[in-house]
Amino acid sequence: MVLVYAESPGGQFKKSAFEAVTYGKKVAGLLGTSCVAVVLGANASGAGELGRYGASRVVQVADAALDHFDSQVYAAVLSAAARELQAGVLILNHTSGGKSIAGRLAVRLQAGLVSGVNGLPVASGTELRVKKSVFSGKAVAEYAIVSPVKILSLTGNAVRPEAMGQPVAVEPLAVPVPAARVSVKSVKTIEGRVPLPEAEVVVSAGRGMKDPANWGIVEDLAAALEATTACSRPVADSEWRPHHEHVGQTGIAIRPNLYIAIGISGAIQHLAGVNNSKVIVVINKDPEAPFFKAADYGVVGDLFDVVPRLTEAVRKFKAAH
Amino acid sequence: MKILVCISQTPDTTAKISFTPDGASFNPAGVQFIMNPYDEWYALVRACEIREAGGGTVVALNVGPAANEVTIRKALAIGADEAVRIDADPSSAAFVAKQVAEYAKAENFDLIFLGKETIDYNGSEVGAMVAEHLDLPYISNASQLHLNGNAATLERDIEGGVEVLEVALPLVLSAAKGMAEQRIPNMRGIMMARSKPLKVVPPVALDEPVKTIGFTLPPAKAGVRLVDPEQMDELVRLLHEEAKVI
Repeated sequence: MVLVYAESPGGQFKKSAFEAVTYGKKVAGLLGTSCVAVVLGANASGAGELGRYGASRVVQVADAALDHFDSQVYAAVLSAAARELQAGVLILNHTSGGKSIAGRLAVRLQAGLVSGVNGLPVASGTELRVKKSVFSGKAVAEYAIVSPVKILSLTGNAVRPEAMGQPVAVEPLAVPVPAARVSVKSVKTIEGRVPLPEAEVVVSAGRGMKDPANWGIVEDLAAALEATTACSRPVADSEWRPHHEHVGQTGIAIRPNLYIAIGISGAIQHLAGVNNSKVIVVINKDPEAPFFKAADYGVVGDLFDVVPRLTEAVRKFKAAH
Repeated sequence: MKILVCISQTPDTTAKISFTPDGASFNPAGVQFIMNPYDEWYALVRACEIREAGGGTVVALNVGPAANEVTIRKALAIGADEAVRIDADPSSAAFVAKQVAEYAKAENFDLIFLGKETIDYNGSEVGAMVAEHLDLPYISNASQLHLNGNAATLERDIEGGVEVLEVALPLVLSAAKGMAEQRIPNMRGIMMARSKPLKVVPPVALDEPVKTIGFTLPPAKAGVRLVDPEQMDELVRLLHEEAKVI
């Protein structure tokens, strides 16, 4: 059986949970088994909806102690659930939560872990073979998990949630919940659009913008595309834009469907954070900018002319569709 | 305060990545190696700051061959007091975590630092594994750490925000941007690093649950398609009809 941990930060299921269940259902299909989703916390509502994405059962450990995240507690509960339900494969998201617990589960369950996978595995005898992006997108590695229990964590935006079933009744699951040692004092959320790691469209700008006062044209394009804004490292370091917008090697690594880079030259450290984007559009006045080599579409021109024109074209397109 | 900082050696961020002809392993020929930036800039520097403020010892630990001692000496030059090298090829996250935990369990560290990920295998796995082996709390992607006696207050980067946490030491944490500022080792640090203790420890065996099959390079991009800056309707059409992303 394939067990999917469907994460629900703050009691909400987000795209990551639907991606994980969709992926879990497909892995289960490959292995000729079923996909079960496990939900942690008392305030996670609407868990039965996970059935739509392919979970044939949804079990919930509805203990209020799980409404705050502690990797140690979560790993203890998830490993108990995996044992109780006799899971052969465990699937998590490669998110801040998943990264905190996947390694713990691997130790607890004596399981092989491959983290950050972006495609389906292949069964080979009792092994599971799976690929992932390594060297910050510069190579692909293939691994074979040889242990009886196998753990995969799924990169965001690698799998599109698909409706493959019906909502199901949520079954309670009773497993011991140890006391938490970490206490969450507060959660500060960044107001605005979809968080960068989850965004499907990202509009990003760099030093070519010349001045933080010029960002209006970037914001307008992002609004027209319902995109999340991002920036390059020099821009964040000069405090032209907030640090949480910094994408690249030391910032956030993203994988949107569409990445539009405006006035960013494309240093290798920047590319390392964005080169897994499905489609890259580069707007730069310098035709020699290295970013064009990594781009699918390019516009060589003055961004102060090109970006407003693109925004207008997007608005016209959106109005017609 | 006894602090362990786990450091990895990785190819330089600008290194050209290639593999042996059979694709089985990384080809180190001509590659400049560095200390993994998250380990160096954030984990190690914050550990040194804490020692400077409150006293104690910072131990830098690396799992790797003797050739890694250049990187280990750099950690000593930046400010670690002593170093340990587990004499083995860091073949997997599970193997490295086992070595770190085996060394740490007898040492009673108050803090065990790692970087949030390594820039080679990008797994973010070792910290959680070490914490589980040692039955300690683990805070990943920590961008702030402040200590008040035995109590730690941390900020952890999560999707779309920051979690503010409190936890009592000992703990394991992985450091992200914001934790500290990069330090360039000075001449005095480099001189002192030469005489600081560097202990070599044999590894413990592990039955690997994951085997590496091999590596490939991603397919090359087809090449950029240039669109006339006057023709933004055309770009939108291509993104809709050809790329199917809007």
